[in-house]
Amino acid sequence: MDFIAIFSIFILACFVGYFVVWSVTPALHTPLMSVTNAISSVIIVGALIASAAAGSASSKWLGLAAVVMASINIFGGFAVTARMLAMYKKKER
Amino acid sequence: MDFQSILSAATGEHGLAVNPWAAIAYLVAGVLFILSLRGLSSPATAQAGNRFGMMGMTIAVVTTLVTHVPWKTGDATNSYVGPDLVGIAEILGAIAIGAVIGIVMARRIAMTAMPQLVAAFHSLVGLAAVAVAAAAYLNPQAFGIADAAGQIYTVSRIEMGLGIAIGAITFSGSVIAFLKLNGNMSGAAIMLPGRHIINLGTLAAIIGLVAYFTVDQSPWVFWTVTGLSFLIGFLLIIPIGGADMPVVVSMLNSYSGWAAAAMGFTLGNTAMIITGALVGSSGAILSYIMCRAMNRSFISVIAGGFGADAAASDGASKEQRPWKPGSADDAAFLMSQADTVIIVPGYGMAVAQAQHALREMGDLLKKEGVTVKYAIHPVAGRMPGHMNVLLAEANVPYDEVFELEDINGEFAQADVAFVIGANDVTNPSAKTDKTSPIYGMPVLDVEKAKTVLFVKRSMGGVGYAGVDNDVFYMDQTMMLLGDAKKMTDDIVKALNGGGH
Repeated sequence: MDFIAIFSIFILACFVGYFVVWSVTPALHTPLMSVTNAISSVIIVGALIASAAAGSASSKWLGLAAVVMASINIFGGFAVTARMLAMYKKKER
Repeated sequence: MDFQSILSAATGEHGLAVNPWAAIAYLVAGVLFILSLRGLSSPATAQAGNRFGMMGMTIAVVTTLVTHVPWKTGDATNSYVGPDLVGIAEILGAIAIGAVIGIVMARRIAMTAMPQLVAAFHSLVGLAAVAVAAAAYLNPQAFGIADAAGQIYTVSRIEMGLGIAIGAITFSGSVIAFLKLNGNMSGAAIMLPGRHIINLGTLAAIIGLVAYFTVDQSPWVFWTVTGLSFLIGFLLIIPIGGADMPVVVSMLNSYSGWAAAAMGFTLGNTAMIITGALVGSSGAILSYIMCRAMNRSFISVIAGGFGADAAASDGASKEQRPWKPGSADDAAFLMSQADTVIIVPGYGMAVAQAQHALREMGDLLKKEGVTVKYAIHPVAGRMPGHMNVLLAEANVPYDEVFELEDINGEFAQADVAFVIGANDVTNPSAKTDKTSPIYGMPVLDVEKAKTVLFVKRSMGGVGYAGVDNDVFYMDQTMMLLGDAKKMTDDIVKALNGGGH
């Protein structure tokens, strides 16, 4: 994709982020941080490409190390978010 | 022209040659991430939101796995051509290792330690970004960002340079934040002489070298940028005191997003760019909310040294003023006779692990027909929304918990304000005393309640800001001195045995 197309997506996504995040209730700001932490580990895509590529052993091992780190975040981030959200309960009536 | 070729035409020459179906899958993942954050607008939809996030991540990972299978092309010793099974096993093994570590950490972590966990996770995103950027630098053809001669495209060099710089700052900054939050390192602000000049010089060097990287892709330029970025991350966070950590954690959250976005530009990957923009704005907004809640400008937090100011003002002599002590029995009686009790918890309550006893107290009062509400200041915990999680863990229903601006008007009608483990966030001098270090900070108007019960360890201690609180000395205030958990337990006992 050319740079301008990608840059356009980026700028529009910043605006989407701005409005979506302001609509998050303050009571859920900690789960917001843990879930954004999990999804920012989508960087694993780059790590998987590096791990699968031929041509440079050091690049491959850096990729595999990044896969481990990003996986810790993905699984840990979503699991801890789920754990927190399960605790939010409404008043029993 | 069929669909495939239309899409192929749309994905231009720059960036990895992406299968158009894969490009669509990444876009779907990006949209699911947006829906994931959208779900957090209410506790009722939040769990569905989290599942959207998991779906998005699964799509992104599976798409990458099937479009980038390790491949053996055969050589002199082995003529096998086909999927590299060892390579596939290594990748799946790496994911499995990460999954086990991540899930164990998520299960074991105490809710009071959430800020540390989040800081630790941020450091991993940062380090992963550094590793990916370094891998792309060492093997640019694999990422489709270099020509046949191995010259990396100019745009990609900027993206890569920014990616590694932001990633490295996120990593080292988060490590310091983790050590401070976890108590391995003093929460006090550590001031280096001439730090502003050192920091600005280092930042200027990083920017200059990233610019130079566009004309010279030598390894020394790349690795110097990496090293300096690790250094600036340490230098930036070390002078920031413990009280400002909620801002720092939010800021690092933002950085981890920008690092992902920078790598998304390198790879031309929409899922990464959308996510990076979402996370980047999320962290920035949370930093802003935290700064506003403490009435601190972002610049003054970054400049650091808040903890040091507080220590300096500690030595000032304080006049002795009369105050009224109370017992658990008094507190139990007052609250059981009330119509409305507003509980104001602070981090001291969580440190004393009093949240379960507090909820029990609330339940007993509700049985007596008392309306019980909880008032949360945005900086009541150690990170945004932390106190809400701690109360939720103690089974306090979320519809009894209110934010500052929603409940502040109700103190005037409340019979009792029960302040436990909080101090600065109730200090009326923030509204009236222009010389106060916390002047301008939004505070909970507890002094407007008919009676204020203030649970505090002793009269000697002051809050983070090091200022005395006039509420202690007011006629309607009763000081309940003691450990927050023990005091609450005693009140529960009195409510059980009192028989009012």
